[in-house]
Amino acid sequence: MTTTRDPIRYQRLAPRPASDERLAGGAAPPVRNPGGPLDLDWVLAGRVNRSAAERRAETLPKRRTVKKEWQAAWLLRAITLIDLTTLAGDDTEGNVRRLCAKARRPVRADLLEALGASALPIHCAAACVYHAFVPAAVAELAGSGIPVAAVSAGFPAGLNPLPERIAEVRASVAAGAGEIDIVITRGHVLGGRWQALYDEIRAFREACGEAHLKAILGTGELATLTNVARASRVAMLAGADFIKTSTGKEAVNATLPVGLVMARAIRDYQERTGVAVGFKPAGGIRTAKGALDWMILMKEELGDAWLAPALFRLGASGLLTDIERQLEHFATGRYSAAYRHPMV
Amino acid sequence: MTTTLDRLFETLPWGPAPESAAAAQQWLDAHGRRFGMFVGGGWVPGAGGETLVTVNPATTEALATVAQGSAGDVDAAVAAARAALPGWAALTDHARAKHLYALARTVQRNARLLAVLESLDNGKPIRETRDIDVPLVARHFYHHAGWAQLRTSEFPGHEPVGVVAQIVPWNFPLLMVSWKVAPALAAGNTVVLKPAEFTPLTALCFAELAQEAGLPAGVLNVVTGDGRTGALLVEHAGVDKIAFTGSTEVGRIIRRATAGTGKKLTLELGGKSPFIVFEDADLDGVVEGVVDAIWFNQGQVCCAGSRLLVQESVAERLLGKLRARMEKLRVGPPLDKAVDMGAIVAPVQLERIRSLVAKGVEEGSTVWQPSWACPTEGWFYPPTLFTGVAPASTIAQVEIFGPVLVSMTFRTPAEAVALANNTPFGLAASVWSENINLALDVAPKLKAGVVWINATNLFDAAAGFGGYRESGFGREGGREGMYEYLRPAWEHAAKAAASPVAKAPARRAARAAAEAVPAVDRTPKLFIGGKQRRPDGGYSRKVLAPDGALLGEVGEGNRKDLRDAVEAAHAAAGWGRGAGHARAQVLYYVAENLSARAAEFAARIDAMTGVGRRGAAREVEQAVSRLFTYAAWADKWDGAVHQVPIRGVTLAMHEPVGVLGLVAPESPPLLGLVSLVAPAIALGNTTVVIPSSAHPLAATDFYAVLETSDLPAGVVNIVTGDRRALAAVLAEHFDVDGLWFFGSEEDRGAVRGVEEAAAGNMKRTWCSLVARDWGTALQGEGREFLRRATEVKNIWIPYGE
Repeated sequence: MTTTRDPIRYQRLAPRPASDERLAGGAAPPVRNPGGPLDLDWVLAGRVNRSAAERRAETLPKRRTVKKEWQAAWLLRAITLIDLTTLAGDDTEGNVRRLCAKARRPVRADLLEALGASALPIHCAAACVYHAFVPAAVAELAGSGIPVAAVSAGFPAGLNPLPERIAEVRASVAAGAGEIDIVITRGHVLGGRWQALYDEIRAFREACGEAHLKAILGTGELATLTNVARASRVAMLAGADFIKTSTGKEAVNATLPVGLVMARAIRDYQERTGVAVGFKPAGGIRTAKGALDWMILMKEELGDAWLAPALFRLGASGLLTDIERQLEHFATGRYSAAYRHPMV
Repeated sequence: MTTTLDRLFETLPWGPAPESAAAAQQWLDAHGRRFGMFVGGGWVPGAGGETLVTVNPATTEALATVAQGSAGDVDAAVAAARAALPGWAALTDHARAKHLYALARTVQRNARLLAVLESLDNGKPIRETRDIDVPLVARHFYHHAGWAQLRTSEFPGHEPVGVVAQIVPWNFPLLMVSWKVAPALAAGNTVVLKPAEFTPLTALCFAELAQEAGLPAGVLNVVTGDGRTGALLVEHAGVDKIAFTGSTEVGRIIRRATAGTGKKLTLELGGKSPFIVFEDADLDGVVEGVVDAIWFNQGQVCCAGSRLLVQESVAERLLGKLRARMEKLRVGPPLDKAVDMGAIVAPVQLERIRSLVAKGVEEGSTVWQPSWACPTEGWFYPPTLFTGVAPASTIAQVEIFGPVLVSMTFRTPAEAVALANNTPFGLAASVWSENINLALDVAPKLKAGVVWINATNLFDAAAGFGGYRESGFGREGGREGMYEYLRPAWEHAAKAAASPVAKAPARRAARAAAEAVPAVDRTPKLFIGGKQRRPDGGYSRKVLAPDGALLGEVGEGNRKDLRDAVEAAHAAAGWGRGAGHARAQVLYYVAENLSARAAEFAARIDAMTGVGRRGAAREVEQAVSRLFTYAAWADKWDGAVHQVPIRGVTLAMHEPVGVLGLVAPESPPLLGLVSLVAPAIALGNTTVVIPSSAHPLAATDFYAVLETSDLPAGVVNIVTGDRRALAAVLAEHFDVDGLWFFGSEEDRGAVRGVEEAAAGNMKRTWCSLVARDWGTALQGEGREFLRRATEVKNIWIPYGE
């Protein structure tokens, strides 16, 4: 039998709905999260099947990829999502200033030109430093529009007395930090003390004033994905503008399954309240491919609004160099070397 | 260097991410885009001259021309397989294992070529062929390299079936080749394989690669063509076994075509698998599960979770999440690495999907599709969700085999199970709940060969795959899959049974008869639902001694008696849910009571058969022993925990088949009957037994033993009469799950009728006409009986908090 097959065109059965509403992109800052009363029923309804979450996280980067110009565009965007970070015990004003300079000019000018991207506003989303270096960073970034993010409140353990931690937040804000990354008391989650957790984050939120609050959950120490889901919900109810995975100091930092669970918590919160909360994975994101995987997760689970710095940040330090190398490869067709790109 | 980068930077759209087809196209070009058959270790042109064109469903472009297999081609392929069989079967286990291992390595070395070729020919996304199909193919050959190595030690007393015909479908062309070929070759069979007419290319490529990997000529032969070629293969006298994966419709045709031929048969057929979501499930996890269930391979999956059953309390939320997720799915060129769904395999399939969707709309269900449009080049269909579907809707009943999900709601776990089982199919099921008590309670209640808990569409060579009911019979994968390609070695030697009625000297038999006839007239009845019942027809049949003396009269059972017996057997289904220990106690008690009346039974047997007092006494003693054997097995026929590559366990649970019809051999009248009943009920089946027509008094005496042994009513029902006529009625009965027929060559015509009729509901049949020495443990009892009395259900339980 010799078969010839004619293409069939089918009729669409479902009416085409109006194009879905998109949240504002990167330019306009989103409405801040006012939070709300602690609704324990909703918090405890957060329930995660770990195997299912891991399967989704594992297959997602295999279902989606971007190549060529698309990849270059995504990587340029990734740079603008980075909270360029230094949180080392031997930090000094000197290396903090270098960090800030890199945040302002993250990519070699000639490389941007080669990419045809000179006109694009390519700079990092923020510089993230310890409280002690906020003044130096603020000075270095003056006029750039790039905020300084301070890890305050007893970072990274977060076990200092609460009044001290609140005071540190106030001090960081007073020193000019536009964003405050606080770390929650993991023991409250492990012990199921949701009210205490809520009160603590509420207090930080209040201490932040106009500064945006990012609540670090320390997911590597929360034991289960269900705890991650519940802690995420409490943090958002308590008014966190962002929820963030890790301090970077835990044994396990940002992983895609954790990110998936947090992203879904954000989605649920938005469905309940209409408020879009931001997300920041931090720790262990070192490669351009890794950054793209996080962006794919955002686009698939939350939508394009979470591909802008207003709602999505990548907490990283070494990542930028790998992105620069990939961009140079795209521009020249040759594999790059780290030393060709200005260091932090 | 680019003017669009700034625009892309602003919007971050998905872009094209094409996998290169160059290597696969080169392979096609190297063969002149024209393929003959792969027979006897090389390419041979089709004898008939007829050809068919295989087409890329995503572009509608012709890929290659392949031969339409003719009778001559099938003859040649079967002859090549037959010629290769002695050498292949005689190889040491280790030698066969090395060949299987080489096939696994070959698949891995050529992974990308096979993945791309599969995507081109079938239209499925490269992501799936690359990440799922081809790795599973390699895994299947590795696993079966292991079975080849262990065959003699793990399957003692077994030998390969012989020349195996294998017919595979178009939805997983290469994966199904591996599921078929790996166990067949591991067991020592040789193969004639027919890939589907729409997707022959990867099977041909694989055959060529296998030969390059050193597989001896003729061990694997590939004939191409449409259903006509398949029919030639099925009907070929030189084929010892047929393994088919495809539609239930064709499976039924094959069952009928092979009836009475003695060809071994496994069928892996269609499904309408339930996907059950309880209110405490992780709904986001569920949504991804649904994607993997029904939008995997464009929904062209026999075990696709195509019926979404959601608890009412969460239905609205889940459907909302599902629609949002569907909006994000991407349908497009299958070779794009970032699409979720590719093309439908062929216009005929697309037309079927479209017409069934139209039918669903026409019947009042609500259809929903995402806002984006599919490509119009090629044969694409968007993911589709139906709500407001009732069990009475056509789309809730028939297999659509496309990306179309129908959803229904339920109120209670019991209702979920009822809805799930409200189908003639029984292939797979998915259960979603965070409550382990609920999930593990529901899983055994589902009529399905595979149950995934909080997961879906997981496959592995170590875990058997196959269906209940009209989804077919037999398992692929694991130990049970190997048995499908083996047979007991003793059968080969045994000659077909001669006339089973033993001839004894008339004088002695007459004397025995005289002694056995009781003084007071007795009326043996039928035994149905624990009660002695007169036959519905009101007729009796005479039971004669070998010398013609009248020994008594038994009821002449008819179809209404069988109807009642089947109903009684179903009413006794609780028997299978109890503990094996409890069933063992009943069997021991039956043995005890039989033993107490041994002399009476022996006299009766002697009177009917003339076998002699000593022989009759031995038969009773063997029957008692047989009851002990299966009492022993009742709490020991354990399932298994399979090692599959997930964090979790896969439980291979042994479940009873259900209601079994048991047609006992004419002789030995008691031992033959007990040898069938005991294993069946030991494992929890309930039974309708048709005893020896010539010597039925052993059976009617036996119910008196059963009555005194605490056996629940309906577990064993006995209907005397004409074995063949009654067997035909049971074979047609839609509510009988399995049928065993033991007889002699004289029964071949009846067996053909039984196997043809059994196709009606795909009941499992075991028809054995070889002369069997019932007194021996090798032939009269043991694991084969236990396997036949069992359905293996694989329950996948991923865990981790």
